[in-house]
Amino acid sequence: MPYDVLIAPFAEFDFMRRALVGTLALALGAGPIGVILMLRRMSLMGDAMAHAILPGAAVGFLVAGLNLFAMSAGGLVAGLLVAVLAGVVARATELKEDASLAAFFLVSLALGVTIVSARGTNIDLLHFLFGNVLGLDTATLMLIAAISTLSLLVLALIWRPLVLECVDPGFLRSISRAGAPVHIAFLGLVVLNLVGGFQALGTLLAVGLMMVPAVTARFWARDISTMLAVAVGVGVLSGYVGLLLSFHAGVAAGPAIILVAGALCLGSVLIGPVGGVVRPLFPKQHLEA
Amino acid sequence: MQRVGWRFAAAVAMLVAGPGHAQQKVDIAASTTVLADLARNVGGDHVNVVSLVGPNGDIHSYVPSPADAKNLADAKLVILNGLGLEGSTAQFMRIAAKGAKVLVASDGITPLRLGNSPDPHAWQSVANAKTYVANIRDALIAVDPADRSVFEANAAAYLRRLDALDAEVKAAIATIPPQRRKLVTTHDAFGYLGTAYGVEFIAPHGVSTEAEASARDVAQIIAQIRAQKIPAVFLENVADPRLLERIARESGARIGGTLCSDALTDANGPAPTYVEMMRHNVKELVGALAG
Repeated sequence: MPYDVLIAPFAEFDFMRRALVGTLALALGAGPIGVILMLRRMSLMGDAMAHAILPGAAVGFLVAGLNLFAMSAGGLVAGLLVAVLAGVVARATELKEDASLAAFFLVSLALGVTIVSARGTNIDLLHFLFGNVLGLDTATLMLIAAISTLSLLVLALIWRPLVLECVDPGFLRSISRAGAPVHIAFLGLVVLNLVGGFQALGTLLAVGLMMVPAVTARFWARDISTMLAVAVGVGVLSGYVGLLLSFHAGVAAGPAIILVAGALCLGSVLIGPVGGVVRPLFPKQHLEA
Repeated sequence: MQRVGWRFAAAVAMLVAGPGHAQQKVDIAASTTVLADLARNVGGDHVNVVSLVGPNGDIHSYVPSPADAKNLADAKLVILNGLGLEGSTAQFMRIAAKGAKVLVASDGITPLRLGNSPDPHAWQSVANAKTYVANIRDALIAVDPADRSVFEANAAAYLRRLDALDAEVKAAIATIPPQRRKLVTTHDAFGYLGTAYGVEFIAPHGVSTEAEASARDVAQIIAQIRAQKIPAVFLENVADPRLLERIARESGARIGGTLCSDALTDANGPAPTYVEMMRHNVKELVGALAG
C-alpha cells in the first residue's frame, strides 16, 4: 500500500519521473540563489523577471516564429540586460536595487507589449513560452540540469565575496574590489535560473521553488550554510510531495508543489526555532544563581 | 443663418451619400478569420472585410486596440460568432460598433454543450457553416438592399461549394476504418466536426482548457489512450504542444498533424480560407488515422 501511494506513480509513468528529476534539479540550483536573494531583500525579483523577458521573447518570435529556443534566448538577453542595468544603477547611485529593478522591468514590459502589438499578433507569447512540469522532454531536462550544475559551480566560486557583500558590503569594499563583478555574476545566475525555469516549468514553479524554500529556511537556521541545506531540502520535499498530491488528488502540478512548500513555510513561521511565532510564547526558565 | 444651415446639411448629405452608389463598398468587421472569409465569399467585391483577430491568432487572448475600435465604428455590418466564443470581446464589439448592424452568425444553430456552456465552434461542421452563410447573406441584404441580387448569387454559388465540401469530407472520413475514428486533441474545438462526421474527439480536461493539467489528468489520458488503442493525438494551431507531445510519446500514439480550430492561417499556411481549412483538417485526420 505505501508502495502504491508513494512510489508506483513514478515507477509507472515516465512523465512523473521526468517531473521529479526536473523539480529536484531546480530545487538544487534555485534554493541557494533564493537564500541570497532573500538576504539581499530582492525576494520579488523573480516576478519582475517574468515580465522583463517579454521584449526579448517577442524579438525572438519576430525573427524565428514560434520557436522555443529563439524566444528563450531572446528572453535571456532581455532579462540579463534588465538585471545588469538595474544592478549597475543601484551600485552607481543612491537608488536601492529593488527600486531600480522595478523601473527597468516596467520599461522592459512596456517595450515588449509595444513590439507584440506592433506586429498585430494575438498569440499569447509568454503563455506559449512558459512550460509545464508534466511536459518535460529530454532536451528541456538537460537544460535544467545544466543550469543547476553551472549555478552550483559558480556559487562555489564566488561564495565568500557574495556572502560578505550581503552582510557587510563596506568591509568587502575595504579589502577587495570583487564586489561589482561578483554581484553581476550572481545576477546572471538568477536570470539564467529564472528564464530556464520559466521555459521548462512555468513561472509559478520557477519563482516559487526559488523563494518559498528560502523563506522557510530562514526560520530554521542563523548561519547561512544550514539555511542553504534547509532550503534545498524543503525544495526537494515539496517537489516530491507536490507531485504525489497532483497525482492522487488531481491538483494542477505546479501549484501543488508550491502549496506544499507554502504549508512547510507556514508551519515554520509558527514553530520555527529561529524567530518563529510560537517559541517566544513559552520562554525557557532563566537560570538564576 | 438658416441658409448656412441648409448648405451644411446638403454638404453632409453629399458626404454620406459618397461619390455615387456603385463604387460604395459595405465595410464589414468580423471577430475571427473564419467569419471574415465567409463574409468575403458572400459579399464578393461589394464588401471590405476586416477581422479583429488575425491569422493564427487566438480569440481567447485577444486584446482590443484603438484601431479595432475604429474599424468597428466605421463598419456597416459587424459579425460575431456568438455562443460565447467572443467572451467579453462581444461587449466591446457591440459598444464600438455604434450604428452598425450587429449579426450573430450562429443564430438558428442548435448548439452542442461543453459542460454547462454552449460549444461555440459550430463552423467545424459544414452544415452549420451554411447557416452562417445564409445569416450573413440576409444581414448584407438588410444593410445594402440595392446589391441584393449580387449577394444572393454569391451566396448561392458558395453554398453549392459548401455542399460539395460536405460530400468530400464524408467520403474522406469513410476511408478510415470505423474502429480507428478516434483521437485526442488539445482543445475542445471539434465537437461539431466529430458529431457531424462520426469521429470521436477526446479532449482531456486540463489539456484542453485554460486550467493547468494535474498529474492525475495526464496519467488518465495516457491510460485511456493505451486501453482504447487511440491511434493518434493531434496538435492545434493555437496551443502549447509540449505536454501533448509528452503524452503521445508515453502512450505510444502517433502525433498527427496540426489541426486548425479557431483561426485560419495566413496565405502561406495550409488553411487561408474556410474551405481549405476543412480540407486541411480532414486530410490530417485521414493521414493519421487511416494508416
